[in-house]
Amino acid sequence: MTAIVATNETILVVGGGISGMTAALEAAETGKQVVLVEKTAALGGRTSQLYRYFPKMCHPTCGLEINLRRLKANPRIKVLTLAEVTGITGGSGDYTATVRITPRYVNENCTACGECAKVVSTQVDDQFNYKLGKTKAAYLPNAMAYPQRYVLDASIIGTAEAEKAKAACKYGAIDLDQKEETMQIKAGAVVWATGWQPYDAAKIQPYGYGRFKNVITSVEFERLADPHGPTRGKLLRPSDGKEAKNVAFIQCAGSRDENHLRHCSRFCCMASLKQTHYVHENFPEDGKSTIYYIDIRAIDRFEDFYQKVKADSSVTFTKSKVARISLNEATGNPICHGVDTEGYHRYANEHDLVVLAVGMEPSVKGMSIPASVAADSSGFIEADPLNGGIFGAGCATNALDVNRSVQSATAAALRAVQVVNKVARAEA
Amino acid sequence: MSANAQMATKYKNNFLKEVEEQVEMGEWVKMCMQCGVCSGSCPTNFHPGWEHPPQEIFMMIRAGKREEVLTSPSMWMCTSCYNCIVRCPRKLPITHIMHGLANYAHRLGVAPKMQPTRSFAKLFWNNCVKTGRVNELKLSVGLYFKDGLSQGIRNGMAMKDVALGLLKAKRLNPFELFGGHKCKDQNGIHAMLKKARELEEKRKALKAAA
Ligand SMILES: Cc1cc2nc3c(=O)[nH]c(=O)nc-3n(C[C@H](O)[C@H](O)[C@H](O)COP(=O)(O)OP(=O)(O)OC[C@H]3O[C@@H](n4cnc5c(N)ncnc54)[C@H](O)[C@@H]3O)c2cc1C
Ligand code: SF4
Ligand code: SF4
Ligand code: SF4
Ligand code: SF4
Repeated sequence: MTAIVATNETILVVGGGISGMTAALEAAETGKQVVLVEKTAALGGRTSQLYRYFPKMCHPTCGLEINLRRLKANPRIKVLTLAEVTGITGGSGDYTATVRITPRYVNENCTACGECAKVVSTQVDDQFNYKLGKTKAAYLPNAMAYPQRYVLDASIIGTAEAEKAKAACKYGAIDLDQKEETMQIKAGAVVWATGWQPYDAAKIQPYGYGRFKNVITSVEFERLADPHGPTRGKLLRPSDGKEAKNVAFIQCAGSRDENHLRHCSRFCCMASLKQTHYVHENFPEDGKSTIYYIDIRAIDRFEDFYQKVKADSSVTFTKSKVARISLNEATGNPICHGVDTEGYHRYANEHDLVVLAVGMEPSVKGMSIPASVAADSSGFIEADPLNGGIFGAGCATNALDVNRSVQSATAAALRAVQVVNKVARAEA
Repeated sequence: MSANAQMATKYKNNFLKEVEEQVEMGEWVKMCMQCGVCSGSCPTNFHPGWEHPPQEIFMMIRAGKREEVLTSPSMWMCTSCYNCIVRCPRKLPITHIMHGLANYAHRLGVAPKMQPTRSFAKLFWNNCVKTGRVNELKLSVGLYFKDGLSQGIRNGMAMKDVALGLLKAKRLNPFELFGGHKCKDQNGIHAMLKKARELEEKRKALKAAA
């Protein structure tokens, strides 16, 4: 049984992405007790699934590493992974959250030596790589996972595979008897930082995602570019493993669209601009990127980044939202059809690979958060006095980039700290 | 002053306002964000008669290109396939705006005279209101001969295999040329259409005078 000491002066942070980690650290570093609850097996969220991030093109590893170091050094933060908040009752200063913990089948003794993975042969979908590849059923969630602990996939529990893994572990770290458990956690304030999920591209029917192998999403493209990804960082397209040298990016795929997401997802123009770098780097001689856009929204200080990409002769900008994609059966190439706004010319352009700059929607929508909070028409949490001591942070509140997520998380932490300070004063 | 000149004077240089007030669904034009999805989705953009795709028409309206828009054959090319409406990210009722514009140009007497869809629409209307039933034979004959006798014969000859096929399949009755089938209460139909037209004219006159 996992033991957690939590009181009305504890701050509960739900979601362990960059926003949740930031909120937890900021609150803990002012001296508060924090419980950080993360649904998956490791912290980092979607940021850890990026290859590099704008505007400075750093690897997410560096940003996350600093945070992890702060986290490890701070005894006031208790991290729960594979844990999901399923209900919250009470009010500001006095909440009780119900948390469901899924078994990992590996305990704290794990040294991440990897012996268990060597003996297991079952393969499962690699969630970290958006299922673009497979991973062993005994796996480390990702190379820089925190906690650095393996996970046994539930599908092998009760099979000989699990026993093999257990026998291979020299540290007694594998515990096949772990069961799902539910616990109650008290908290004075809650920071809700459950982040975002990519819009389901298959719903944009004319683009053929799911029907055409070489139409992928921007999040999948990040994984292709990453040396830890399924193609070891080579831009190889899914249908035939051919090098994708001529890449199209379709902006607003599912955003700014009354039939899909109404809002502008804000970061996807920058994401595609960034991803043209990946093409250029992989194929300095003959890489080509084409960005199909309605208008480029590289807000405020990102303008410079945009201007640099514009100056890159390997990148073409076509002002037009692609109407539909068809397939060249012989080559496997997707063909983008549309009419361009600057001159109204029809085009039918063939590319090696099409990347849909998919929109961002809240991963837990306002209405499905297990407590009453105000949300906008897209499901993002709004700041509202009626939310009491529950504060949204990061992409749970809006489509934000990492920098703005961190700002929003710091603000949420401050508000949560004020609530528990009030509780402390009342109890003193 | 012609109806056209009257409207042009009334709205001076503000064609967008004119469209918003006078054209059915015209108030939607300003919602267009020029993404191009409608144009790219429109099947008629394969056709040589396709001058301006809907997206461009909307931009021309905003740019005040009154003459060019109203005399354009483009909106007459719309087949009402509804592809554009289904896909427009701003949910503009594009098909209806196209028909609204065509109808407005027609009312003002500036629609392209020889535009085939327009001739067909007129022919179809006059044909079906007469008896309350469409007389397909008269309709096709009328269409074949719209460009004169010799062209009409040539059109007829080109289609004769189809006609024979239809005849054999009992889908074409040559006696339809003489009178043809009618609905029972023709006077009722005429009265109803007359009333509808009156109401429509009144509504449009009010709009135009406002
Ligand atoms: C293709 C692409 C490229 C991008 N590139 C950049 C870039 O270059 N630079 C940049 O600044 N930004 C970039 N972004 C944006 C960036 O990914 C986000 O700003 C960032 O991930 C937001 O972090 P977050 O913590 O708010 O959300 P997330 O990263 O989504 O983290 C949320 C966490 O909450 C967990 N969670 C969800 N539900 C629950 C629950 N019920 N209980 C417990 N835990 C839960 C999730 O597992 C996750 O770990 C990019 C986005 C995309 C799509
Ligand atoms: S569970 Fe055991 S064998 Fe597997 S990585 Fe951890 S310590 Fe090594
Ligand atoms: S940021 Fe760019 S691609 Fe993303 S929704 Fe906004 S305009 Fe479209
Ligand atoms: S699809 Fe809609 S928003 Fe886009 S150009 Fe056409 S009318 Fe305008
Ligand atoms: S409804 Fe008319 S304008 Fe719209 S796509 Fe079809 S033909 Fe084109």
